[in-house]
Amino acid sequence: MRNILTICSKEIKSYFVSPIAYLLMGLFGLIFGYFFYSATAYFVMAGMRAQMQGGGGPMSVNEYVIAPLFGNASVVGLFLIPLISMRLFAEEKRSGTIELLMTSPITDWEIVLGKFLGAVFMYLCVLAMAGANVALLFIWGNPDWRPVLTGFLGLALQGATVLSIGSFISTTTKNQIIAGAATFSICLLLWVLSWVSSYNEAGWAQVIAYCSILTHFEPFSKGIIDTKDVVFYLSAIFLGLFLTTRSIESMRWRA
Amino acid sequence: MIKVEGLTKRYARNVAVKNISFEVGKGEIVGFLGKNGAGKTTTMRVLTCFLPPTAGKASVAGFDVLEQPLDVKRNIGYLPETPPVYPEMEVSEYLEFVAKLKNMPSGDIAKRIDEVCERAALGDVKHKIIGKLSKGYRQRVGIAQAIIHNPPVLILDEPTSGLDPEQQLHVRELVASLSGDHTIILSTHILSEVEASCSNVIIINNGEIIASDSVANLHKRGKAFETVSIQVAGGDPVSVRQRLEEVRGVARVVSKDSKEGLVALEVESLEGEKDMLRPDLARAVVQSGWNLTELKTIGDSLEEIFLDLTRAESAKKEGESVTQ
Repeated sequence: MRNILTICSKEIKSYFVSPIAYLLMGLFGLIFGYFFYSATAYFVMAGMRAQMQGGGGPMSVNEYVIAPLFGNASVVGLFLIPLISMRLFAEEKRSGTIELLMTSPITDWEIVLGKFLGAVFMYLCVLAMAGANVALLFIWGNPDWRPVLTGFLGLALQGATVLSIGSFISTTTKNQIIAGAATFSICLLLWVLSWVSSYNEAGWAQVIAYCSILTHFEPFSKGIIDTKDVVFYLSAIFLGLFLTTRSIESMRWRA
Repeated sequence: MIKVEGLTKRYARNVAVKNISFEVGKGEIVGFLGKNGAGKTTTMRVLTCFLPPTAGKASVAGFDVLEQPLDVKRNIGYLPETPPVYPEMEVSEYLEFVAKLKNMPSGDIAKRIDEVCERAALGDVKHKIIGKLSKGYRQRVGIAQAIIHNPPVLILDEPTSGLDPEQQLHVRELVASLSGDHTIILSTHILSEVEASCSNVIIINNGEIIASDSVANLHKRGKAFETVSIQVAGGDPVSVRQRLEEVRGVARVVSKDSKEGLVALEVESLEGEKDMLRPDLARAVVQSGWNLTELKTIGDSLEEIFLDLTRAESAKKEGESVTQ
């Protein structure tokens, strides 16, 4: 446990002493801020128009502003996460510091978990920028907080899944750019996998569509925690970390 | 302390280390000598549990590298060929990280960092970013990292490579100062380094050990004759040469460029006559009323012995492959 914390805090520090952390948080803040502004402005305009026409009941902030925003955030996240995960192992392999880690009295699992948790923490910091925006709604409005919480839970789970896959990819190369590009492609693929089911009814198409990372996120943004989705994410995270550990182990044998 | 038996390491295409065996006792400093690509780094990586052996056994401090890797790692301080430092960290921050990695109790860490910084002469850069340090300092940070948890065994892979002569000297002194409490294996292709700091030498060539002996014994193995460079003042070249040729045990005398009244010559002894050559030459010069300004042995350093051994080995190989 102590070893995991050692590695984890070292990872977090190295994100925050380099510009990466601030760049990612800034970029995400900018993009999400724009989405947030657009969604809120549109909501206000639509609300005014509805009032002038004197029709319809009260509109839900959760349904019209927050849920779509979570959808946007999850897609933006897919683009930013490769930037977080690409350096995890590729950098250590390039600079030779992996030799220090692997000749220290710690297990491969501890290295992988420590690094993964560090990356997850970094991602949560990025998400905090979205949290700052959403907090404004609570100051001037009265949205239901429960779907907001599940939405963030969904974002975190989805992010952790992609991070675990990204860290596996990062172990396979010394080159951060390759790791980043490969992770990005896979993210993109996992996003659009669900399209298959829209034109094909066959069983295999359903299976492929099920693997799409975004379809499992939608229920969260609507305030639903479905065990099916939680299990999907957790098992994907486990698979990613398992592959990462195995890949590190195989470095010893393949060398 | 370190025991290697029949160790073989095969990579996909080639064999890096072939069936080597050696032992290192407690407190010894062993120099691992060989050309680049001879198998030094591979052997060290096996000992540090970075790579598993293909065949054979290796143990450190009584723990097997395959069976009890965590115990082995706890007992080893390792400096890889490039110091494994994080450029974005401060020196003290980095040492703290390594100390935690090596499972040091947190209470002892701060004190130990101070000790190690002093030992490796890092006091004045303790709070500098490693990325901004010179190569020499980085190498010392690497050594500090290896000794931070005070391990009984130190494995240093080319600790002086890429340093300037003064830095090399510093590192050598540092290694020598560690010798009392630690068992050390250091690899190098610089021979003077072995002579300066090691008690024993293991010479490795093409993945095989071709000599394993103390430095003194290796010197005795040198060739049977000796070549001496001599410089004489006050005599004319011809008579000096004639006089030296008369000395007992001299095989031949070769004139070197002489200038400003100094006569420079190279004298080669007969086989088996090298012990009395230098005293006899000196006496001959002085008795003839000349001044002896220089007298030194050429070659016969560890360097030559090393080259002879590796060449002989390669030649043997070629002979074998021809007969096949």
